[in-house]
Amino acid sequence: MTLYALRRLAAVAGVLLVICAVTFAIFYLLPSDPAAHACGKTCTPEQVTLVREQMGLDRPVHEQFGGYVAGIFAGRTLGTGPAALECSVPCFGYSYQNALPVWDLLTDRLPVSVSLAVGSAVLWLAGGLAVGLVAALRRGTVLDRSLMAATLASASVPVYFTAMMLLLVLVQQLEWLPYPDYRPITEDPAAWAGNLLLPWMTLASLYAAMYARLTRASMIETMAEPYIRTARAKGLHERTVVTKHGLRSALTPIVTIFGMDLGGLLAGAVITEHVFGLPGVGQLTYDAIFKADQPVVLGVTLLAAFFITLANLGVDLVYALIDPRVRYA
Amino acid sequence: MILQVRDLRVSFPAGTAVDGISFGLERGRTLGVVGESGSGKSVSSLAIMGLHREAAVSGSIVFDGEELVGAPASRVRELRGRRMAMIFQDPLSSLHPFYTVGEQIAEAYRLHLRTSRRVARERAVEMLAEVGIPEPRRRADEYPHHFSGGMRQRVMIAMALSCEPDLLIADEPTTALDVTVQAQILELIRKIQEDRAVAVMMITHDLGVVARVADEVLVMYGGRTAEHAPAREIFRSPRHPYTRGLLASVLRLTAGEEEDGGRLPAIPGNPPSLLAPPSGCRFHPRCARYAAAPDDACVTEAPEPRPAGPGGATHRTACHLIDISGGRR
Repeated sequence: MTLYALRRLAAVAGVLLVICAVTFAIFYLLPSDPAAHACGKTCTPEQVTLVREQMGLDRPVHEQFGGYVAGIFAGRTLGTGPAALECSVPCFGYSYQNALPVWDLLTDRLPVSVSLAVGSAVLWLAGGLAVGLVAALRRGTVLDRSLMAATLASASVPVYFTAMMLLLVLVQQLEWLPYPDYRPITEDPAAWAGNLLLPWMTLASLYAAMYARLTRASMIETMAEPYIRTARAKGLHERTVVTKHGLRSALTPIVTIFGMDLGGLLAGAVITEHVFGLPGVGQLTYDAIFKADQPVVLGVTLLAAFFITLANLGVDLVYALIDPRVRYA
Repeated sequence: MILQVRDLRVSFPAGTAVDGISFGLERGRTLGVVGESGSGKSVSSLAIMGLHREAAVSGSIVFDGEELVGAPASRVRELRGRRMAMIFQDPLSSLHPFYTVGEQIAEAYRLHLRTSRRVARERAVEMLAEVGIPEPRRRADEYPHHFSGGMRQRVMIAMALSCEPDLLIADEPTTALDVTVQAQILELIRKIQEDRAVAVMMITHDLGVVARVADEVLVMYGGRTAEHAPAREIFRSPRHPYTRGLLASVLRLTAGEEEDGGRLPAIPGNPPSLLAPPSGCRFHPRCARYAAAPDDACVTEAPEPRPAGPGGATHRTACHLIDISGGRR
């Protein structure tokens, strides 16, 4: 099991390196000129050339890429002469927009995105599993059909629409919730949760609907398995049959999807953060893309890739815990 | 009589699967229930166990003096696994893939006898030894996928017998197994039955299995009784044209020497549909005797099982075209 985990971890490193190279290549091939962006609108061509040299953009791509990767693990000095910038480990470069280290930008924004992702994940898992389970056990009844119709509606509505509606009703009309304004959990946990409740509900309403449908389908399939009949033939209580024998098997596909979804959200829910004005990684991504801020986009991409591959690894490890058939494979 | 079934009917929304069958079973005896797919043999056994959730069951099922039709579900559940147990056709899909065989055997024992986890585990090991699994203590901690087909069926038997039931229903227990393993499993069931004086209901489409283990045979066709007689008589002097057809279609080693050039005789046509069963005798569209000498009664009137043959009252056949004195009419 430990060996398996180590092997998988090495694979994660490989995947990240490849993603890094691909992202780097895409930016190298793009027609936009970061030096011109960094220099500003009033720069002469000579000044742009100077900036390009300073930023190392005139060097061959493999050297630039080598420098970037080396910087992550060893730190590096960017530029030469009096304008040189010391970039400490882990160095992901500096933002072209405001000359702040990308690493600092990411670590500043990360708690917001993690708070958003984890909080909504708790909500949608609880809601989705409960609704799916009830629908599966009451399959074919009016309750099942109404729940499934509701989830279909909930999953079909775009996030920004849900966000607007919730804002309108819960914040403006009923005034039950404050307009989201991020507060760190370390300062005031109650304010943290209260302010994030709206974004959590927005994201969760989308995901919970999908999880409810998935749970229902998986549970119906599992409850038709011969081993469920065996469990009933043993004289077990229906409760035990459903939870111990049914739900545990039905959870395996849900674990897979959950890992992917959570991994993707940890690196920022772009639309949700944007709608609610939350200063998370998603918001950072949004700005960086529009300003062609290559180091930031690269950093965000790597962060997202890191979370997704890590979530995948987590999924595989949890899978091995749930299903003994996976352990020795 | 440990089990007395009278006029059992099992209906689904789509049709009636079992249409009035009756039989009794003594402790220490084996009843072979034979029929094609859809003849109602498995449905009858599931109805006895109270495992038919969406079916309407009527008639009478008296288990050790207690009426089960109409009894509270909780009472039937108490008996299930404790006093009546069941093993199924496919031992791999009938065992839960996520729990060790020891846990699965111990589960029913703990529930019904209210013992500690440790005592139940000891019981599981003891049962594994009894069904002939080598190194039972070690193997109790393994998962079903570590076992071969025959060993899995032994595990199922160990599970079914752990609470010392009075009735064991075996639904095609050897169908999914290799021929050599089939013989071992049948021998095991026979031996356990002798040691414990348990009543066995052996459901099969395989006349070879019936010949090996059954004391009595119930031949079912289209949800009804075709013939019910001591096993010896079924094989020596089958009365019902369907039974005769079944016996004739069994492959014999001498088949190549028979006068028709070795072609295996088959019963023409297909088993009747539950949705629109044939009128009168359900077998008449496929019956060789009816084809030779059509009789209106076969089309208009469902034949009741009546004494026929040398066995007197113990040999009953549901056929209009049988002479009660023993010969053809």
